[in-house]
Amino acid sequence: MIEELTHEQILRYSRHLLMPEVGLQGQIKLKNSSVLVIGTGGLGSPVALYLAAAGIGRIGLVDYDIVDASNLQRQVIHGTSTVGKLKVESARNRLADLNPDIQIDIYNEPYTSENAMRIAKEYDIIIDGTDNFPTRYLTNDVAVFLGKPNIYGSIFRFDGQVSVFYAKEGPCYRCLFPEPPPPGLVPSCAEGGVLGVLPGTVGTLQATEAIKVLLGIGTPLIGKLLLYNALDMSFDFVTLKKNPNCRVCGPNADIKELIDYEEFCGVPGHHADDTSAGANWDITAQELKARLERDPNLLLLDVREPHELQISAIQGAKNIPLGEIAQRMSELDSAEEMVVFCKRGSRSARAIEILSSAGFKKMKNLKGGINAWAEEVDKSLPVY
Amino acid sequence: MTTLRIPTPLRTYTGGKSEVTVSGGKISEALNDLTTQFPAIKPHLFNEAGELRPFVNLFVGEHNIKDLQGVETPVRDGDKIMLIPSIAGGSLIPNPSPAGRRLE
Repeated sequence: MIEELTHEQILRYSRHLLMPEVGLQGQIKLKNSSVLVIGTGGLGSPVALYLAAAGIGRIGLVDYDIVDASNLQRQVIHGTSTVGKLKVESARNRLADLNPDIQIDIYNEPYTSENAMRIAKEYDIIIDGTDNFPTRYLTNDVAVFLGKPNIYGSIFRFDGQVSVFYAKEGPCYRCLFPEPPPPGLVPSCAEGGVLGVLPGTVGTLQATEAIKVLLGIGTPLIGKLLLYNALDMSFDFVTLKKNPNCRVCGPNADIKELIDYEEFCGVPGHHADDTSAGANWDITAQELKARLERDPNLLLLDVREPHELQISAIQGAKNIPLGEIAQRMSELDSAEEMVVFCKRGSRSARAIEILSSAGFKKMKNLKGGINAWAEEVDKSLPVY
Repeated sequence: MTTLRIPTPLRTYTGGKSEVTVSGGKISEALNDLTTQFPAIKPHLFNEAGELRPFVNLFVGEHNIKDLQGVETPVRDGDKIMLIPSIAGGSLIPNPSPAGRRLE
């Protein structure tokens, strides 16, 4: 236990010490606190930066991704100099520069049912900065089982949600969302896009809630859900109640230990970018190139949104956005062979599912989408 | 008349509209009006049996209709109905590919 602050720390945290809600005792409390941040991406960046700056004594970072140039539009903890490096190491170095006083633990591994309890039990609170349903349900259940607050934040395009799920005092994530939407109904940020500053707003709100919970000040968002829309600049609050039928925190809970979250959500926790329709459907960019040389009239079906065609396109491809496939199927001939593609292969995989259930059989899914085509065949096209 | 707020992921099905004006004395009637105006949104809210999908959360004012009378919850003129979606966005924290999953 660290009982007091050094002169340097008093200077560093003087703006906190001036406020009676924090003060010297509050700052010492923060110094003795620990927070686990799941994900060091769009949400994890501002969360970790502000918690480190605030002097949280111990911060754990879980991620096993590598910094990519397309992350830098919003993942401000990383930088151009750390592209290609491990995210947890990139983040640790930035935090250590911001505040050398604190302990930073890094977990360069996926957060799974096997390791989550072991990792999370070390920390006072857990911050959910993930982007997929399996990891969200896992994060929630771990927090419920360990009796710790889960500071929730979620984003999509211009919408954000923030809450504090703390089953000891209020509802958990599953009380509101007992089960995830079926796979494919909600696009990921890699497909749907996200305003870069949005996770900044939402993550900063999460960091605010974390500090309030640790200090025991103010009114945290327990039993409240904040809904933010950046386009309308609207903040709405709704009341959340404990769900008496909640399967993890209700009186008759039947889920008592971590489950297989990928099975529960019907999707892999890894990024939707990498999904395919299954090996039987796949065609690689190189294979497609060879096919087109033999059969230049092969039908190419581009299921991206029309504005994406301005970024890159394959000449001669027919464009029907995924959302319109079901209505516009009559434009396609099920007897004619076709290759379906999107940005990276996941929307086209869903298009194939839809067409397949309507009786289409002669289809192939361009593995890795037009980005793979740009990387392997037509290098004049950009990857996005 | 009641205002129904549409979250971004579902605006594709309402012609980009963020708010739709609906009529009806209770939630089921308001939703019926919504799906009549925008039929494409229907499968995203209701299952094949015509029941509200479990991941769809509707709030009247501040309150979840699940804590009130479900789709029978009355709505009055000027009430605001909000559709609250499950969104998963955030950082990318991928798990191993299915082949690499630790099943042992």
